[in-house]
Amino acid sequence: MGRFDPYENNGGTCVAIAGTDYCVVAADTRLSVGYSILTRDHSKIAHLADKCVLASSGFQGDVKALQKNLSAKELVYEHNHNKKMSCPAMAQLLSNTLYYKRFFPYYAFNVLGGLDSQGKGCVFTYDAVGSYERTGYSAQGTGAALMMPVLDNQLKSPSPLLLPARDAVTPLSESDAVDLVKDVFASATERDIYTGDKVEIVVINRSGSHRECIELRKD
Amino acid sequence: MAWQQPMDGSHASGSKVAAADGPGTQRTQYPYVTGTSVIALKYKDGVIMACDTGASYGSTLRYKSVERIKAVGKHSLIGASGEFSDFQEILRYLDELTLSDHMWDDGNSLGPKEVHSYLTRVMYNRRNKFDPLWNSLVLGGVKKGPKGEEKYLGMVNMIGTHFEENHIATGFGNHLAIPILRAEWCEDMTFEEAVKLVEKCLLVLLYRDRSSINKFQIAKITTEGATIYPPYSLKTHWGFAAFENPSKGAVGSW
Repeated sequence: MGRFDPYENNGGTCVAIAGTDYCVVAADTRLSVGYSILTRDHSKIAHLADKCVLASSGFQGDVKALQKNLSAKELVYEHNHNKKMSCPAMAQLLSNTLYYKRFFPYYAFNVLGGLDSQGKGCVFTYDAVGSYERTGYSAQGTGAALMMPVLDNQLKSPSPLLLPARDAVTPLSESDAVDLVKDVFASATERDIYTGDKVEIVVINRSGSHRECIELRKD
Repeated sequence: MAWQQPMDGSHASGSKVAAADGPGTQRTQYPYVTGTSVIALKYKDGVIMACDTGASYGSTLRYKSVERIKAVGKHSLIGASGEFSDFQEILRYLDELTLSDHMWDDGNSLGPKEVHSYLTRVMYNRRNKFDPLWNSLVLGGVKKGPKGEEKYLGMVNMIGTHFEENHIATGFGNHLAIPILRAEWCEDMTFEEAVKLVEKCLLVLLYRDRSSINKFQIAKITTEGATIYPPYSLKTHWGFAAFENPSKGAVGSW
Protein backbone atom coordinates (compact mmCIF):
# COMPACT_ATOMS: atom_id res chain seq x y z
CA MET A 1 0.00 0.00 0.00
CA GLY A 2 2.92 2.38 0.54
CA ARG A 3 3.52 4.87 3.30
CA PHE A 4 0.90 7.27 4.51
CA ASP A 5 1.13 10.74 2.96
CA PRO A 6 0.48 13.50 5.49
CA TYR A 7 -0.37 16.07 2.81
CA GLU A 8 -3.10 16.53 0.25
CA ASN A 9 -3.81 19.54 -1.95
CA ASN A 10 -7.33 20.84 -1.47
CA GLY A 11 -6.83 23.37 -4.26
CA GLY A 12 -8.13 26.90 -4.65
CA THR A 13 -6.69 30.29 -5.42
CA CYS A 14 -6.13 33.45 -3.36
CA VAL A 15 -5.53 36.99 -4.58
CA ALA A 16 -4.85 40.36 -2.98
CA ILE A 17 -4.49 43.83 -4.48
CA ALA A 18 -3.27 46.90 -2.56
CA GLY A 19 -4.61 50.37 -3.32
CA THR A 20 -3.71 53.82 -1.99
CA ASP A 21 -6.20 53.60 0.90
CA TYR A 22 -7.79 50.14 0.56
CA CYS A 23 -6.88 46.50 0.11
CA VAL A 24 -8.85 43.78 -1.69
CA VAL A 25 -8.37 40.17 -0.56
CA ALA A 26 -10.23 37.39 -2.36
CA ALA A 27 -10.31 33.59 -2.48
CA ASP A 28 -12.56 31.00 -4.08
CA THR A 29 -14.66 28.74 -1.86
CA ARG A 30 -14.15 25.33 -3.45
CA LEU A 31 -12.65 22.52 -1.38
CA SER A 32 -11.42 19.62 -3.52
CA VAL A 33 -9.61 16.35 -3.09
CA GLY A 34 -8.28 14.49 -6.09
CA TYR A 35 -10.93 14.84 -8.79
CA SER A 36 -13.79 15.25 -6.28
CA ILE A 37 -15.34 18.39 -4.85
CA LEU A 38 -15.87 18.07 -1.10
CA THR A 39 -17.82 21.28 -0.70
CA ARG A 40 -18.57 24.40 -2.74
CA ASP A 41 -18.86 26.72 0.22
CA HIS A 42 -15.69 26.72 2.33
CA SER A 43 -13.97 29.98 3.24
CA LYS A 44 -10.20 30.28 2.91
CA ILE A 45 -10.14 33.73 4.44
CA ALA A 46 -9.31 34.56 8.07
CA HIS A 47 -9.77 37.98 9.65
CA LEU A 48 -6.73 38.13 11.90
CA ALA A 49 -7.05 41.78 12.96
CA ASP A 50 -9.42 44.56 11.94
CA LYS A 51 -7.07 45.85 9.23
CA CYS A 52 -5.40 42.56 8.42
CA VAL A 53 -6.84 39.64 6.44
CA LEU A 54 -5.19 36.36 5.47
CA ALA A 55 -6.16 34.19 2.53
CA SER A 56 -4.52 30.76 2.26
CA SER A 57 -4.82 27.82 -0.10
CA GLY A 58 -3.14 24.42 -0.12
CA PHE A 59 -3.75 21.65 2.39
CA GLN A 60 -6.82 22.67 4.35
CA GLY A 61 -5.82 20.89 7.59
CA ASP A 62 -2.61 22.97 7.70
CA VAL A 63 -4.38 26.15 6.52
CA LYS A 64 -6.93 25.98 9.34
CA ALA A 65 -4.28 25.10 11.93
CA LEU A 66 -2.08 27.98 10.71
CA GLN A 67 -4.93 30.50 10.76
CA LYS A 68 -5.97 29.34 14.25
CA ASN A 69 -2.35 29.59 15.44
CA LEU A 70 -1.99 33.15 14.14
CA SER A 71 -5.35 34.19 15.59
CA ALA A 72 -4.25 32.96 19.01
CA LYS A 73 -0.89 34.75 18.76
CA GLU A 74 -2.65 37.95 17.74
CA LEU A 75 -4.82 37.74 20.83
CA VAL A 76 -1.76 37.34 23.05
CA TYR A 77 -0.19 40.38 21.32
CA GLU A 78 -3.34 42.38 22.04
CA HIS A 79 -3.19 41.43 25.70
CA ASN A 80 0.51 42.35 25.93
CA HIS A 81 0.54 45.56 23.87
CA ASN A 82 -3.02 46.82 24.40
CA LYS A 83 -3.56 47.24 20.66
CA LYS A 84 -4.37 45.09 17.65
CA MET A 85 -1.52 43.82 15.47
CA SER A 86 -0.69 45.93 12.43
CA CYS A 87 -0.49 44.24 9.04
CA PRO A 88 3.31 44.51 8.73
CA ALA A 89 3.70 43.04 12.23
CA MET A 90 1.42 40.14 11.33
CA ALA A 91 3.41 39.70 8.11
CA GLN A 92 6.59 39.05 10.09
CA LEU A 93 4.75 36.79 12.54
CA LEU A 94 3.37 34.70 9.69
CA SER A 95 6.82 34.33 8.17
CA ASN A 96 8.29 33.23 11.50
CA THR A 97 5.41 30.81 12.15
CA LEU A 98 5.91 29.19 8.75
CA TYR A 99 9.67 28.89 9.12
CA TYR A 100 9.24 27.36 12.56
CA LYS A 101 7.95 24.28 10.72
CA ARG A 102 10.66 24.44 8.08
CA PHE A 103 11.29 20.67 8.31
CA PHE A 104 7.62 19.60 8.26
CA PRO A 105 6.01 22.59 6.55
CA TYR A 106 2.52 23.97 6.67
CA TYR A 107 1.42 23.20 3.13
CA ALA A 108 -0.25 26.59 2.90
CA PHE A 109 0.19 29.23 0.22
CA ASN A 110 -0.60 32.57 1.77
CA VAL A 111 -1.48 36.06 0.76
CA LEU A 112 -1.79 38.62 3.56
CA GLY A 113 -3.57 41.90 2.87
CA GLY A 114 -4.56 44.95 4.82
CA LEU A 115 -3.67 48.53 5.68
CA ASP A 116 -0.28 49.49 7.07
CA SER A 117 0.19 51.93 9.97
CA GLN A 118 -0.13 54.88 7.53
CA GLY A 119 -3.47 53.61 6.24
CA LYS A 120 -2.01 52.63 2.87
CA GLY A 121 -2.88 49.29 1.28
CA CYS A 122 -0.30 46.51 1.68
CA VAL A 123 -0.05 42.97 0.36
CA PHE A 124 2.45 40.36 1.49
CA THR A 125 2.98 37.17 -0.46
CA TYR A 126 4.51 33.95 0.93
CA ASP A 127 5.79 30.54 0.00
CA ALA A 128 5.15 27.47 2.16
CA VAL A 129 8.22 27.95 4.36
CA GLY A 130 7.91 31.64 5.15
CA SER A 131 9.91 33.59 2.60
CA TYR A 132 7.89 36.76 1.98
CA GLU A 133 7.83 40.06 0.22
CA ARG A 134 5.69 43.18 0.36
CA THR A 135 4.16 43.79 -3.07
CA GLY A 136 1.34 45.74 -4.66
CA TYR A 137 -0.61 42.59 -5.57
CA SER A 138 -0.25 38.81 -5.61
CA ALA A 139 -1.96 35.51 -6.35
CA GLN A 140 -1.22 32.12 -4.74
CA GLY A 141 -2.67 28.66 -5.19
CA THR A 142 -3.62 26.36 -8.05
CA GLY A 143 -4.88 29.16 -10.31
CA ALA A 144 -2.09 31.62 -9.48
CA ALA A 145 -0.11 30.92 -12.64
CA LEU A 146 -3.21 31.78 -14.66
CA MET A 147 -3.91 35.00 -12.76
CA MET A 148 -0.50 36.60 -12.18
CA PRO A 149 0.20 37.39 -15.88
CA VAL A 150 -3.16 39.15 -16.15
CA LEU A 151 -2.56 41.09 -12.94
CA ASP A 152 0.96 42.04 -14.10
CA ASN A 153 -0.47 43.37 -17.35
CA GLN A 154 -3.38 45.29 -15.79
CA LEU A 155 -1.66 46.70 -12.73
CA LYS A 156 1.49 47.68 -14.62
CA SER A 157 3.92 46.71 -11.89
CA PRO A 158 7.05 48.91 -11.98
CA SER A 159 10.31 47.05 -12.47
CA PRO A 160 12.01 46.15 -9.18
CA LEU A 161 15.28 47.28 -10.79
CA LEU A 162 14.28 50.94 -10.94
CA LEU A 163 16.04 53.46 -8.72
CA PRO A 164 14.62 55.19 -6.74
CA ALA A 165 12.22 52.34 -5.95
CA ARG A 166 8.71 52.94 -7.30
CA ASP A 167 5.58 52.18 -5.36
CA ALA A 168 3.80 49.03 -6.57
CA VAL A 169 0.48 50.06 -5.03
CA THR A 170 -2.12 50.58 -7.73
CA PRO A 171 -3.74 53.96 -8.40
CA LEU A 172 -6.95 52.14 -9.43
CA SER A 173 -10.16 52.91 -7.57
CA GLU A 174 -11.61 50.38 -5.13
CA SER A 175 -14.44 49.36 -7.47
CA ASP A 176 -12.05 48.97 -10.43
CA ALA A 177 -9.80 46.73 -8.33
CA VAL A 178 -12.78 44.59 -7.26
CA ASP A 179 -13.87 44.30 -10.91
CA LEU A 180 -10.37 43.18 -11.86
CA VAL A 181 -10.48 40.53 -9.12
CA LYS A 182 -13.82 39.27 -10.44
CA ASP A 183 -12.38 39.10 -13.95
CA VAL A 184 -9.24 37.16 -12.99
CA PHE A 185 -11.29 34.67 -10.99
CA ALA A 186 -13.70 34.15 -13.87
CA SER A 187 -10.71 33.53 -16.15
CA ALA A 188 -8.88 31.14 -13.82
CA THR A 189 -12.14 29.22 -13.20
CA GLU A 190 -12.32 28.42 -16.93
CA ARG A 191 -9.07 26.51 -17.00
CA ASP A 192 -8.19 25.49 -13.43
CA ILE A 193 -10.32 22.56 -12.24
CA TYR A 194 -9.67 23.40 -8.60
CA THR A 195 -10.95 26.99 -8.83
CA GLY A 196 -14.63 27.80 -9.07
CA ASP A 197 -18.04 27.71 -7.32
CA LYS A 198 -17.87 31.09 -5.55
CA VAL A 199 -15.37 33.84 -4.86
CA GLU A 200 -15.37 35.59 -1.51
CA ILE A 201 -14.10 39.17 -1.85
CA VAL A 202 -13.14 41.17 1.24
CA VAL A 203 -12.33 44.88 0.95
CA ILE A 204 -10.52 46.58 3.82
CA ASN A 205 -10.49 50.35 4.01
CA ARG A 206 -10.55 53.18 6.52
CA SER A 207 -14.13 52.43 7.54
CA GLY A 208 -13.54 48.74 8.24
CA SER A 209 -14.11 45.69 6.08
CA HIS A 210 -16.81 44.68 3.65
CA ARG A 211 -17.47 41.23 2.21
CA GLU A 212 -19.25 40.04 -0.92
CA CYS A 213 -19.65 36.64 -2.60
CA ILE A 214 -19.83 36.25 -6.38
CA GLU A 215 -20.95 33.06 -8.13
CA LEU A 216 -18.44 31.32 -10.40
CA ARG A 217 -18.73 28.38 -12.78
CA LYS A 218 -19.42 25.18 -10.91
CA ASP A 219 -17.90 22.73 -13.37
CA MET B 1 8.78 23.24 -7.11
CA ALA B 2 10.09 21.61 -3.99
CA TRP B 3 6.78 21.00 -2.28
CA GLN B 4 4.64 19.64 -5.14
CA GLN B 5 2.80 16.84 -3.42
CA PRO B 6 0.64 14.25 -5.23
CA MET B 7 -2.82 15.67 -5.68
CA ASP B 8 -4.87 12.55 -5.02
CA GLY B 9 -6.53 11.83 -1.74
CA SER B 10 -5.61 8.20 -1.30
CA HIS B 11 -2.87 8.94 1.24
CA ALA B 12 -1.24 5.69 0.26
CA SER B 13 1.32 7.05 -2.19
CA GLY B 14 4.98 7.31 -1.26
CA SER B 15 5.68 10.14 1.14
CA LYS B 16 8.53 12.52 0.40
CA VAL B 17 8.84 13.52 4.03
CA ALA B 18 11.40 11.54 5.97
CA ALA B 19 10.21 10.63 9.46
CA ALA B 20 12.76 9.12 11.78
CA ASP B 21 11.30 6.29 13.82
CA GLY B 22 12.90 5.46 17.14
CA PRO B 23 14.19 1.93 17.66
CA GLY B 24 11.40 -0.51 18.47
CA THR B 25 8.64 1.96 17.52
CA GLN B 26 6.20 1.57 14.70
CA ARG B 27 3.84 3.93 12.98
CA THR B 28 0.56 3.15 11.28
CA GLN B 29 1.36 2.08 7.73
CA TYR B 30 -1.98 0.83 6.42
CA PRO B 31 -5.43 -0.11 7.72
CA TYR B 32 -6.42 -3.74 8.41
CA VAL B 33 -10.10 -4.10 9.33
CA THR B 34 -12.04 -1.44 7.47
CA GLY B 35 -15.59 -0.17 7.15
CA THR B 36 -16.81 1.33 3.90
CA SER B 37 -18.94 4.40 3.17
CA VAL B 38 -21.06 6.39 5.61
CA ILE B 39 -23.68 8.80 4.29
CA ALA B 40 -25.56 11.51 6.16
CA LEU B 41 -27.86 14.41 5.46
CA LYS B 42 -29.75 17.14 7.29
CA TYR B 43 -33.53 16.95 7.27
CA LYS B 44 -36.40 18.81 8.93
CA ASP B 45 -36.03 17.47 12.47
CA GLY B 46 -32.28 16.91 12.55
CA VAL B 47 -29.71 14.71 10.89
CA ILE B 48 -30.01 11.23 9.43
CA MET B 49 -26.98 8.96 9.06
CA ALA B 50 -26.63 5.51 7.48
CA CYS B 51 -24.03 2.89 6.66
CA ASP B 52 -23.71 -0.86 6.24
CA THR B 53 -22.76 -3.16 9.08
CA GLY B 54 -19.78 -4.82 7.44
CA ALA B 55 -16.07 -4.67 8.23
CA SER B 56 -13.60 -6.12 5.74
CA TYR B 57 -10.13 -7.55 6.28
CA GLY B 58 -8.61 -6.70 2.94
CA SER B 59 -10.78 -8.51 0.42
CA THR B 60 -12.36 -10.83 3.01
CA LEU B 61 -15.70 -9.84 4.51
CA ARG B 62 -14.65 -10.58 8.09
CA TYR B 63 -17.36 -9.05 10.27
CA LYS B 64 -20.98 -8.71 9.21
CA SER B 65 -22.66 -7.12 12.23
CA VAL B 66 -20.60 -4.15 13.15
CA GLU B 67 -22.10 -0.85 14.35
CA ARG B 68 -20.29 2.00 12.66
CA ILE B 69 -22.63 4.71 13.92
CA LYS B 70 -22.75 5.62 17.60
CA ALA B 71 -24.37 8.32 19.73
CA VAL B 72 -22.10 10.90 21.36
CA GLY B 73 -23.45 12.77 24.35
CA LYS B 74 -27.06 13.94 24.06
CA HIS B 75 -26.80 15.88 20.84
CA SER B 76 -24.65 14.05 18.32
CA LEU B 77 -24.05 10.98 16.19
CA ILE B 78 -20.67 9.82 14.92
CA GLY B 79 -20.21 7.55 11.92
CA ALA B 80 -16.85 6.19 10.79
CA SER B 81 -15.35 4.51 7.77
CA GLY B 82 -11.80 3.17 7.64
CA GLU B 83 -9.90 1.25 10.30
CA PHE B 84 -12.41 -0.12 12.80
CA SER B 85 -10.03 -0.41 15.75
CA ASP B 86 -9.16 3.29 15.36
CA PHE B 87 -12.89 4.05 15.51
CA GLN B 88 -13.12 2.11 18.78
CA GLU B 89 -10.19 4.17 20.08
CA ILE B 90 -11.97 7.39 19.07
CA LEU B 91 -15.10 6.23 20.91
CA ARG B 92 -12.95 5.78 24.04
CA TYR B 93 -11.60 9.36 23.64
CA LEU B 94 -15.15 10.62 23.22
CA ASP B 95 -16.27 8.74 26.34
CA GLU B 96 -13.53 10.47 28.34
CA LEU B 97 -14.50 13.81 26.81
CA THR B 98 -18.22 13.48 27.52
CA LEU B 99 -17.55 12.15 31.02
CA SER B 100 -15.30 15.03 32.06
CA ASP B 101 -17.76 17.46 30.48
CA HIS B 102 -20.58 15.85 32.49
CA MET B 103 -18.54 16.02 35.71
CA TRP B 104 -18.42 19.83 35.48
CA ASP B 105 -22.11 19.55 36.31
CA ASP B 106 -22.72 23.05 34.99
CA GLY B 107 -25.80 22.39 32.90
CA ASN B 108 -23.78 22.63 29.69
CA SER B 109 -23.35 19.74 27.32
CA LEU B 110 -21.14 19.25 24.29
CA GLY B 111 -22.91 19.89 21.01
CA PRO B 112 -22.00 18.50 17.56
CA LYS B 113 -19.93 21.56 16.65
CA GLU B 114 -17.76 21.13 19.73
CA VAL B 115 -17.31 17.39 19.17
CA HIS B 116 -16.41 17.98 15.53
CA SER B 117 -13.85 20.58 16.53
CA TYR B 118 -12.36 18.21 19.13
CA LEU B 119 -12.14 15.34 16.63
CA THR B 120 -10.53 17.61 14.03
CA ARG B 121 -7.78 18.54 16.46
CA VAL B 122 -7.27 14.88 17.47
CA MET B 123 -7.02 13.70 13.84
CA TYR B 124 -4.72 16.56 12.83
CA ASN B 125 -2.42 16.07 15.80
CA ARG B 126 -2.12 12.35 15.15
CA ARG B 127 -1.28 13.14 11.51
CA ASN B 128 1.44 15.50 12.73
CA LYS B 129 3.01 12.59 14.65
CA PHE B 130 2.86 10.40 11.52
CA ASP B 131 0.61 7.99 13.44
CA PRO B 132 -2.86 8.69 12.01
CA LEU B 133 -6.19 7.35 13.11
CA TRP B 134 -7.09 5.83 9.77
CA ASN B 135 -10.73 6.99 9.57
CA SER B 136 -13.09 9.35 7.85
CA LEU B 137 -15.51 10.54 10.51
CA VAL B 138 -18.99 11.98 10.03
CA LEU B 139 -20.37 14.09 12.85
CA GLY B 140 -24.02 15.11 12.92
CA GLY B 141 -26.35 16.56 15.51
CA VAL B 142 -28.82 19.17 16.71
CA LYS B 143 -28.38 21.60 19.53
CA LYS B 144 -30.07 24.76 20.66
CA GLY B 145 -28.01 27.80 19.71
CA PRO B 146 -28.54 31.56 19.58
CA LYS B 147 -30.72 31.16 16.47
CA GLY B 148 -32.85 28.33 17.87
CA GLU B 149 -32.39 24.61 17.14
CA GLU B 150 -29.28 24.43 14.98
CA LYS B 151 -28.64 21.34 12.88
CA TYR B 152 -24.99 20.52 12.24
CA LEU B 153 -23.30 18.05 9.93
CA GLY B 154 -19.58 17.81 9.26
CA MET B 155 -16.78 15.49 8.29
CA VAL B 156 -13.12 15.08 9.20
CA ASN B 157 -10.66 12.74 7.51
CA MET B 158 -7.49 11.04 8.68
CA ILE B 159 -5.17 13.96 7.98
CA GLY B 160 -7.43 16.60 9.46
CA THR B 161 -9.25 17.98 6.42
CA HIS B 162 -12.67 19.04 7.73
CA PHE B 163 -15.76 20.85 6.55
CA GLU B 164 -19.49 21.32 7.15
CA GLU B 165 -22.20 20.58 4.62
CA ASN B 166 -25.86 19.71 4.23
CA HIS B 167 -24.96 16.21 3.07
CA ILE B 168 -21.83 14.12 3.62
CA ALA B 169 -20.50 10.83 2.31
CA THR B 170 -17.18 9.09 2.96
CA GLY B 171 -15.13 6.71 0.86
CA PHE B 172 -16.95 5.44 -2.20
CA GLY B 173 -19.97 7.43 -1.15
CA ASN B 174 -18.07 10.55 -2.19
CA HIS B 175 -18.11 9.36 -5.79
CA LEU B 176 -21.42 7.47 -5.94
CA ALA B 177 -23.76 9.02 -3.35
CA ILE B 178 -22.81 12.72 -3.37
CA PRO B 179 -23.97 13.31 -6.98
CA ILE B 180 -27.41 11.90 -6.03
CA LEU B 181 -27.53 13.95 -2.84
CA ARG B 182 -26.52 17.14 -4.63
CA ALA B 183 -29.28 16.65 -7.19
CA GLU B 184 -32.08 15.55 -4.87
CA TRP B 185 -31.46 17.00 -1.41
CA CYS B 186 -33.56 19.95 -0.36
CA GLU B 187 -34.09 21.92 2.81
CA ASP B 188 -36.51 20.53 5.45
CA MET B 189 -37.20 17.06 4.06
CA THR B 190 -39.50 14.88 6.14
CA PHE B 191 -38.07 11.79 7.79
CA GLU B 192 -39.72 9.50 5.22
CA GLU B 193 -38.34 11.54 2.30
CA ALA B 194 -34.89 11.55 3.89
CA VAL B 195 -34.94 7.77 4.39
CA LYS B 196 -35.99 7.26 0.77
CA LEU B 197 -33.12 9.39 -0.45
CA VAL B 198 -30.64 7.63 1.85
CA GLU B 199 -31.85 4.22 0.66
CA LYS B 200 -31.44 5.28 -2.96
CA CYS B 201 -27.77 6.09 -2.21
CA LEU B 202 -27.23 2.91 -0.17
CA LEU B 203 -28.59 0.83 -3.04
CA VAL B 204 -26.18 2.37 -5.55
CA LEU B 205 -23.33 1.71 -3.13
CA LEU B 206 -24.48 -1.87 -2.65
CA TYR B 207 -24.45 -2.50 -6.39
CA ARG B 208 -21.20 -0.76 -7.13
CA ASP B 209 -18.98 -0.85 -4.01
CA ARG B 210 -17.29 -4.21 -3.73
CA SER B 211 -16.82 -3.93 0.03
CA SER B 212 -20.44 -3.08 0.90
CA ILE B 213 -22.93 -5.65 2.18
CA ASN B 214 -26.72 -5.84 2.14
CA LYS B 215 -27.26 -5.08 5.81
CA PHE B 216 -27.72 -1.46 6.80
CA GLN B 217 -28.37 0.68 9.81
CA ILE B 218 -30.06 4.03 9.73
CA ALA B 219 -29.70 6.42 12.64
CA LYS B 220 -31.25 9.77 13.34
CA ILE B 221 -30.56 12.55 15.79
CA THR B 222 -33.20 15.10 16.75
CA THR B 223 -33.90 17.32 19.73
CA GLU B 224 -35.42 14.24 21.39
CA GLY B 225 -32.10 12.40 21.19
CA ALA B 226 -30.39 9.75 19.11
CA THR B 227 -32.13 6.68 17.65
CA ILE B 228 -30.20 3.91 15.95
CA TYR B 229 -32.62 1.62 14.14
CA PRO B 230 -32.10 -2.16 13.98
CA PRO B 231 -30.32 -3.47 10.86
CA TYR B 232 -32.30 -4.34 7.73
CA SER B 233 -31.72 -5.21 4.07
CA LEU B 234 -32.66 -3.58 0.80
CA LYS B 235 -34.29 -5.31 -2.13
CA THR B 236 -31.94 -5.73 -5.06
CA HIS B 237 -32.71 -6.66 -8.63
CA TRP B 238 -30.53 -9.16 -10.46
CA GLY B 239 -33.08 -10.44 -13.00
CA PHE B 240 -31.30 -9.24 -16.11
CA ALA B 241 -31.25 -11.42 -19.22
CA ALA B 242 -27.48 -11.25 -19.42
CA PHE B 243 -27.19 -12.82 -15.97
CA GLU B 244 -29.49 -15.76 -16.79
CA ASN B 245 -27.01 -17.76 -18.83
CA PRO B 246 -23.73 -15.86 -18.69
CA SER B 247 -21.76 -18.13 -20.97
CA LYS B 248 -24.37 -18.09 -23.76
CA GLY B 249 -22.83 -16.52 -26.83
CA ALA B 250 -19.28 -16.95 -25.53
CA VAL B 251 -16.97 -18.03 -28.38
CA GLY B 252 -14.86 -21.08 -27.47
CA SER B 253 -13.10 -21.57 -24.15
CA TRP B 254 -10.97 -18.46 -24.52
